[in-house]
Amino acid sequence: MAVLQFREALLQAIDEEMDRDENVFIMGEEVAEYNGAYKVTEGLLDKYGFKRVIDTPISELGFSGIGVGAAMKGLRPIVEFMTFNFAVLAADQILNHASKIRYMLGGQASVPIVFRGPNASAGQLAATHSVAYDSMYAHFPGLVVIYPSEPDDAKGLLKSAIRCEDPVIFMESEQMYGMKGEVSDEEDYIIPIGKAKVKREGDDVTVIASGKMYHVAKKAAAELAKDGVEMELIDPRTIKPLDMDTIIQSVKKTNRCVIVDEAHPYGGMAAEAGFIIQREAFDYLDAPVRRVTLPDVHAPFAKNLFDLWLPDAKRVIDAVNAVTYRN
Amino acid sequence: MSKNKHEAIFTPIGLNYDSNGRVEKSVELPPVTKKKHKSLGLSDDDVVGMFRQMYLQRRFEERAMQMYQKGKFGGFLHLYIGQEAISTGTVYALDDRDDIITAYRDHGWGLVRGITANEGMAELFGKATGCSKGKGGSMHFAKAENHFWGGHGIVGGHIPIAAGLAFANKYKGNGEISCCFFGDGAVDQGSLHETLNMAQLWKLPCIFVVENNGYSMGTAAHRHTVGEIYERANGYGMKSAMFNGMDAFTVYENMKKIADDVRENSIPYFIEIRTYRYRGHSMSDPQKYRTKQELEEYQKTDPVERMKTYILDEKILKEKELESIQEEIEQEVLESIDFAEKSPFPEPEELYEDMFAGTPYFHDR
Ligand SMILES: Cc1ncc(C[n+]2csc(CCOP(=O)(O)OP(=O)(O)O)c2C)c(N)n1
Ligand SMILES: [Mg+2]
Repeated sequence: MAVLQFREALLQAIDEEMDRDENVFIMGEEVAEYNGAYKVTEGLLDKYGFKRVIDTPISELGFSGIGVGAAMKGLRPIVEFMTFNFAVLAADQILNHASKIRYMLGGQASVPIVFRGPNASAGQLAATHSVAYDSMYAHFPGLVVIYPSEPDDAKGLLKSAIRCEDPVIFMESEQMYGMKGEVSDEEDYIIPIGKAKVKREGDDVTVIASGKMYHVAKKAAAELAKDGVEMELIDPRTIKPLDMDTIIQSVKKTNRCVIVDEAHPYGGMAAEAGFIIQREAFDYLDAPVRRVTLPDVHAPFAKNLFDLWLPDAKRVIDAVNAVTYRN
Repeated sequence: MSKNKHEAIFTPIGLNYDSNGRVEKSVELPPVTKKKHKSLGLSDDDVVGMFRQMYLQRRFEERAMQMYQKGKFGGFLHLYIGQEAISTGTVYALDDRDDIITAYRDHGWGLVRGITANEGMAELFGKATGCSKGKGGSMHFAKAENHFWGGHGIVGGHIPIAAGLAFANKYKGNGEISCCFFGDGAVDQGSLHETLNMAQLWKLPCIFVVENNGYSMGTAAHRHTVGEIYERANGYGMKSAMFNGMDAFTVYENMKKIADDVRENSIPYFIEIRTYRYRGHSMSDPQKYRTKQELEEYQKTDPVERMKTYILDEKILKEKELESIQEEIEQEVLESIDFAEKSPFPEPEELYEDMFAGTPYFHDR
């Protein structure tokens, strides 16, 4: 096991896949000469040259569409967004085209493309730069949505994403790029898409959290353990397909569940997982499922309001206390 | 690096070299106006006022940068330093009731449109006393009552909005025009092209201004966009201009003529103003994409220094008087830091304020 930063794990995945398949190329704003706005693509230009590591203008709609067309013609584009907050400009290409072309053309074309970049908030960047989009993309048929939390998951899943025959939304976080973790040394390390991972075992409550929220939940787990409450922490890793089997199995064991979701509450992953849990494990539940999400309000700039806005460990603990009737 | 000569290359590579092997500058500055202030219709007071405006913007941002480095506030901080002649020349050329909207490099624009140093600094600090109540931060300075509709953080997002302001002005027949400022990087967004077409088709009284400062983040203009930027207007049959943005008089002279034309004839106009960004894109930019010599080259044409020299050469003020103005502004900026630090953060309830004009509703609160 090597200890790598999140960004290094991503870089390894991209590097290995570019090395393996010359149809894989990467494009996006500042990915080449600048070595990546967040240094995920550091060194790739030197290694693979200008043909396969491409700086784009600030034309998200245009370069995403160029990616879709290139994918239809047999290439495997990795399209980097500086953040998914800017991918909304490319929503037409992702939602109307990448996700639908295969179906509309009766299976005649495939769109093997990865759209990747940081998701959600990264400190006080105000309303337009702070939205968690994973649930939104998951709403649409035809898209795989991955939002890993640790370097190991990031590497194995990004390699799967690049090999996937269908469009994949792969989400990261500015605030996770520097995080370190052990990454498998296994040659050609692949994690299958759609498999959740139980990252902490416990009998008292099931907590579901992905991406940046996984780390918030993990912190809450450590606090709760001091009070003798053992959390079972599940990282879905893939938001869609969502591994409900693993989740239901855990809920049947703990009989209680809290879902931590970085998106706004309306129609998010928490709402969806909560619905399936009540349908599949109704008789096992000792308390209504709770969720911790952003409020139904935009991201404020002011530090004190921002801290109030973003879910933290305390709110996870409060929710766990509520489902375990400890308050 | 790629060894195969015939291999496809997409984005143009790195620094441009001219035939003598010298690195080409990222923007070529055309000459400045030769006219003196009186023949431009500017009084001595106007000139002193222009200097004040530019000096305030400069010192406000230099101090803001220090505060940021001290960790007094977070978020992004994009500095306008080097480009102050554009905001200053423009507000003197426009009527106060004309609309201005810009991108996230917006502190200078806010200050020239009446956001006080106090309100500006407090916004950077995320305080309740800020111009946007601490809700928006550096990228979202605004003062709607003064027809300054804000800084905006999505590149190109505010371009159609500027045309919308112009649409409303034409609709109401109020004689106001709107003016939109954005970077060379924003020229590549589809929103610009859709908007230029409609603005020309509908004859919207709107001035679209590219502040070409040579770079879109770390990408030199020739690496992200084709041809001469101002020539884009030709494709839409729109009037266009290109001029030097390192001199407030040049900006004033051109903007005045153009604003008159736009107002009188209800037409759009597309302008490229050439300037230079002294600082990095934001505070975390190692700036490996440009040379120090290039920066120094442009700093020789510094708009603030140029105005200072002009005022002394033309004997509009004595050196002592100029110094005391500078001292006054320095105090104003220092006081704004004090004001920002002492101001309260927004009340927690503010999180839910300003979401709706009507009855607020919050799902599952
Ligand atoms: C749609 C969108 N894409 C990307 C970004 C990230 N970004 C912010 S500023 C910037 C560069 C813009 O350069 P330019 O338009 O030349 O303006 P300047 O910063 O030089 O004033 C980029 C890529 C963004 N804010 N919005
Ligand atoms: Mg620029």
